[in-house]
Amino acid sequence: MNVRVPAQVLESLLIPVSALLAALLLFGIFLACLGNDPLAVFHSMVRGGFGSAFAWRNTLERAAPLMLTALCTALPAQLGLIVIGGEGALVVGGVSAALAGGLAFEDQTPWLAIAAMLIAGTAAGGAWIGLVGWLKHYRGINETITSLLFNYIAIALMNHLVTGPWRDPASLNKPSTRPVGSAHMLGDMPGLGVHWGLALALALCLVCYTVFRQTTFGFAVRIAGGNPRAARLAGLPVGLLTLITCFWAGAAAGLAGSIEVAAIQGAANASLAAGYGYAGILAAFLARQNPLAVIPVALILGGISASAGLLQRSHHLPDAAVLMLQGIIFITILSSETCYGRLQPWLDSRRRA
Amino acid sequence: MKVAEAWLCSFFRRGRQEWLAFLFISFAMAAPLHAEEAVVGFLYVGSKADYGYNQAHAQGAAAVKAMPGVKVIEEENVPETIAVQNSMESMINLDGAKLIFPTSFGYYDPHVLTVAPQYPGTTFLHAGGLYQEGKHPANAGSYFGYIDEAQYIAGIVAGGTSKTGKLGFIAAKPIPQVLRNINSFTLGAQSVNPKITTQVIFTGDWALPVKEAEAANSLIDQGIDVITMHVDSPKVIIEICERRGIYSSGYHADQSELAPKGYLTGAEWNWPKVYTDFVKLLQEGKPFPHLLRGGLKEGIVKNSKYGPAVSAKTIELAEAAKAKFMAGEMVIYKGELKDNKGKVVIPAGQSLPQTDIKLESMDYLVAGVIGSTGS
Repeated sequence: MNVRVPAQVLESLLIPVSALLAALLLFGIFLACLGNDPLAVFHSMVRGGFGSAFAWRNTLERAAPLMLTALCTALPAQLGLIVIGGEGALVVGGVSAALAGGLAFEDQTPWLAIAAMLIAGTAAGGAWIGLVGWLKHYRGINETITSLLFNYIAIALMNHLVTGPWRDPASLNKPSTRPVGSAHMLGDMPGLGVHWGLALALALCLVCYTVFRQTTFGFAVRIAGGNPRAARLAGLPVGLLTLITCFWAGAAAGLAGSIEVAAIQGAANASLAAGYGYAGILAAFLARQNPLAVIPVALILGGISASAGLLQRSHHLPDAAVLMLQGIIFITILSSETCYGRLQPWLDSRRRA
Repeated sequence: MKVAEAWLCSFFRRGRQEWLAFLFISFAMAAPLHAEEAVVGFLYVGSKADYGYNQAHAQGAAAVKAMPGVKVIEEENVPETIAVQNSMESMINLDGAKLIFPTSFGYYDPHVLTVAPQYPGTTFLHAGGLYQEGKHPANAGSYFGYIDEAQYIAGIVAGGTSKTGKLGFIAAKPIPQVLRNINSFTLGAQSVNPKITTQVIFTGDWALPVKEAEAANSLIDQGIDVITMHVDSPKVIIEICERRGIYSSGYHADQSELAPKGYLTGAEWNWPKVYTDFVKLLQEGKPFPHLLRGGLKEGIVKNSKYGPAVSAKTIELAEAAKAKFMAGEMVIYKGELKDNKGKVVIPAGQSLPQTDIKLESMDYLVAGVIGSTGS
C-alpha cells in the first residue's frame, strides 16, 4: 500500500511534463516544416521567457492576470460547473475599480483609494459570476452559455459607460473613465519590478487551494459537484455552496480587472477586454482545475507569450506560431488525462512478471 | 542529471556572453545612431497584412528597412496592455533598439509614458499626436496627420461619381477623429452636389469584420452607391462593395487591388515618408519634432490613385481642391456650418483652419449626415 502514494505523486508530475515535452516535440516538427531550426527557436523561447531578470519580470507580469482569471473557471469546476465568464467578470471588476478610484480621487490617502478599487472590483466581479451561479441553481439555466453571454453584456456595458455617463471629457479619441491618478496606483514589489498584483494572485491561488482541497467547505463543494442530489440528501446547502463558489470565482477575475486598472491602465477603457479571461479558461483546463497547478501553468503560458515577441523578431515567425504552440499544448495535456491511474497497475504487472 | 547540469552550465555561459554583448551594445548605444547598424522597432496592434491601419504602418517600416545602416524588428498583434510595455522593453533589452515606433493610438497613455522615462537612450515615436510639451518625457514624440483632407478629396470623388446621391460611411466609434473624417467626406461630396447625404453606421470597435459586412450590406440595400469607412481593416467592406457592384473609397492603405472595378480613391497614410524622415533626422543626430502634424501639403497623408469609374470632370474638381490644400489655402470647416440637428456649430464669418484645436474635440455630425454621435 505504501507504494501507491509515490506512484500517484509520480504520475501527477510525470504525465504533465511528458505531455509538455510531447507538445514541444510536435511544435519542433512544425517549426522544422516551416524551415526554422527548432533548437534555436526553443533557445529564444527560454531566453525571451526565463533567460534574464527582465525576461522573468515580463513573464510574471503576463502570468499574474492569468492566475486570477484561471481561478474563475477552476473554482466552479470543483462544483462540476463549466464557467467561461472570466472576461466579463474582469471587465466589470475593472470598470467598478475605476469608478471607485474616481470617487476616491485626490481627497483620499493612497492605501484607502487602492483598497477601495480592489474591493469594488472584487465585489463586482463576484456578483457578476454569482448571478451566473444563481441562474444555474435556482433557474436551471446552463452556466456555460450564461457566462459566455455575460461576457458580451459586460463588454457592451463597459463601452456604454466609458463612452457615455462615466467618460472623462478629456479622453477624446480613446474614451476612458477619469484616471485614478498616479498617486493612487498600485506600485511595484520592491526589488522585483513587478506590481503587487502578482503577490495577490499567488496568495489567492494558495488560499483557494487550501479552502477547496483542505477544508470541510471544500469537501462539501466537491461532494455537491460529484452528485448534487446525493449532496442535498446528505443535508448540504447546495444552492449556497454554488453561490459562494461562483462569487469567489468571479471575485478572482474581478480582482484581475481592478489590478489591471490600478497597476497598469490607470483608467477603465476598451483595452480591459484584452483576452485575459479567455486565456484563463485555457490555463484552468491545463491545470486540471487545480488552483495550485494554476500557478505553474500560468507561468508557462506567461513565458510563452513573453517570448512570442522575440520569436517574431528573431525568427520571423508569424504571431500565430505561438497560438499553434498553445493549441498543441492544450491537446497533448487533455489527451494525457487518459494516462492517469495506469502507472500503478503497470508497475504491479511488472513486479509480478 | 549530468546532461541537465551540462545544459544548465552551457546555458549559463551563453547567458553570460549575451550579458556582455548586451553591455557592449548599451555602451555602443550611447553613441549617436549612425555609429553602426541602428535597431528600429515597430509594434502593431493587429496583423501587418490587414489591408488597413497596420499595413499602412508596416509599409512605413518596409521603407525604413530599405535605408542603409538600419535594422528593423517588428511585432504584430500586440494588445494595449502590459504586453506592449514588455515588448518595447524586450526590444530594448534583448535587441538593443534605439528607436521604437509604437503605432497604435492606445499605446501612448499609459504605456509609452511608463516605459520612456526608464530608457532615456531610446527614442519613442508614437502615432497619434498626443505629445504634451513639458509634461511628457523628452525622448518621446507623437505624430499624426490631417487625414480628413484626403477624405475631403475622396468625398469630392464620391459625390461626383454617385448616381443615387446617397453615400455610406462605416465607422468604428463616434470619437472626434472619426467624426471629423465623416464630416470632411460629406462636406467634400456636398461641394460637388449640395443635396448629397451620408448614412453613417457605427460598429462599436476597430476590427469587427462581421458587423462591418452586415453594415455594408444594409447600406447597399438602402440604395447607397458609394461606401467609405473608418475601421482598422477595410478589406471586408471593399470586397462586399465590389461583389455587389457599387463603388467604394478606401481608408488607411491602398485597397484598389481588392476592387479593380469599383474602387474610386481612398484616404491613405504616407508613413514611408514620415518614418524615413524621422530616421534620417536621428541618424544625423539632429533634434526631432516632438509633435508632428500635417496633411496633404506636408506629405503625411495622400489619396489613392483614381479608379477607372471616376470621370475626367470629377478628377478635375478633386485635383483643383488638392491644389488648394497644397497651397495652404483650403479651409474645410467654415461658417455658417450647421450640424445634422440644425444647430449652428460654426457661426457665419468664422473659419477654422486645419490646425485649430477646436477641431480636435469635434462632437457633431454636419448637416447631410444621417446618424447620431451617441451610439
